Amino acid sequence: MGFDLDLTLRRGERTMALKLNTGPGITALVGASGVGKTSVLMMVAGLLKPDAGRIAVEGQVLCDTAQGLHLPPERRACGMVFQDHRLFPHLSVQANLRYGIRRGHAGMGLHEMAAFLGIAALLKRMPRSLSGGEAQRVALGRALLSAPRFLLLDEPLSALDEARSGQIMMLIEKIRDELALPILYVSHDRAEVARLADQVVEMGP
Amino acid sequence: MVSAVGNRPVLSPEEVSILILSLKVSVVGVLVATPFCLGCAWVLARGGRAGLAGLGLIVLDAVVHLPLVLPPVVTGWLLLLAFGAQGPVGRWLAAWGIGVMFRWTGAALAAGVMAVPLMVRSMRLSLEAVDPRLEQAARTLGAGPWRSFATVTLPLAMPGVLAGLVLGFARSLGEFGATITFVSNIPGETQTLPLAIYSALQLPDGDTVVTRLAVLAVALSLGALVVAEVLARRMALAGGMRRERFGGL
Repeated sequence: MGFDLDLTLRRGERTMALKLNTGPGITALVGASGVGKTSVLMMVAGLLKPDAGRIAVEGQVLCDTAQGLHLPPERRACGMVFQDHRLFPHLSVQANLRYGIRRGHAGMGLHEMAAFLGIAALLKRMPRSLSGGEAQRVALGRALLSAPRFLLLDEPLSALDEARSGQIMMLIEKIRDELALPILYVSHDRAEVARLADQVVEMGP
Repeated sequence: MVSAVGNRPVLSPEEVSILILSLKVSVVGVLVATPFCLGCAWVLARGGRAGLAGLGLIVLDAVVHLPLVLPPVVTGWLLLLAFGAQGPVGRWLAAWGIGVMFRWTGAALAAGVMAVPLMVRSMRLSLEAVDPRLEQAARTLGAGPWRSFATVTLPLAMPGVLAGLVLGFARSLGEFGATITFVSNIPGETQTLPLAIYSALQLPDGDTVVTRLAVLAVALSLGALVVAEVLARRMALAGGMRRERFGGL
């Protein structure tokens, strides 16, 4: 009941095709750079339209080109953490975290989340004053506070040193165990994948 | 604006009322044109991404720039055709009780139309400078296209949008040809600063009035251009920061 994907994406001469059906927990997408790992996440998030295929998560169909169905990103309830974190530069950390909070949502509140991620001391800061690891944790918190039904993580550790990435890995395990969200995780680091992933999907050219 | 040098005010009461009318006409004209300009600027900046055809965008770009290259008297005549008593828009407005013929509202309309090219240009550049990946992030956080525009794109583009407003304001202060064609030159109603200068030039003893009004026009235009340039620089600064932040990604 995790991710059920059947995707075809054409880019000029090249065609990328991927079929996968995962269980719960963390699924790692691995493969050489340029093979289309990030494109898969973008298609699941609704930011990129596959040329053909079907996307279902936890049994809910988000996209089915055969039926002309393509939910816009804002209706997919996905928590996406981009490689370049994409914090809003004109908003404070607190306002970034608050951006996706849905009314009437019963999950963790902003301050509880800030404590959970160890960013409570940063709330008043602006994104440009954050280190890479801090920005990545804020991006993770912002995604989690939007009450996502699943998480998409695009190389969330690539910009971090070893100590920091160890911390974030612990956080991701905590999220998997305590929030029980299915996670699609893109990485090129074998050690990271070996530690975190419940399933590994190898993408080839 | 009225300050005293010796016992004589710098501006006579007539000059003050011309100035106030000019400011009113320009401000209203620019404010009415703003939503339209912002819409056009957004379509031109992001339309390609949204899948609009290239030819349509080129045509829209050309139409938006028309008031810049058309003889202003032609623009005024076209406004007369559309908004005149028999014109399609004119009749529709009349049904709502809004008249623009020979009214200051008509002067504001002409001023707004003439400001469109400059406003769209500046707004488009500032919208293009906003990183679309931030808009994508907003969408994944549950924001629809409108909310993403209002909370991410517009605030980040704000210095450039404001610079566009100020430039448009400066342009409409100087508007002459379309205004005099469309709503004539009526003191106290449609006689803005440039039209007043034109009228004073027709008078045998109008030299001092012309000089005083001309100095006023130069001061206003210079002030507006300086404000627009300051805003544009702030935009460039903000844009540079974002590029640095995202590195080569």
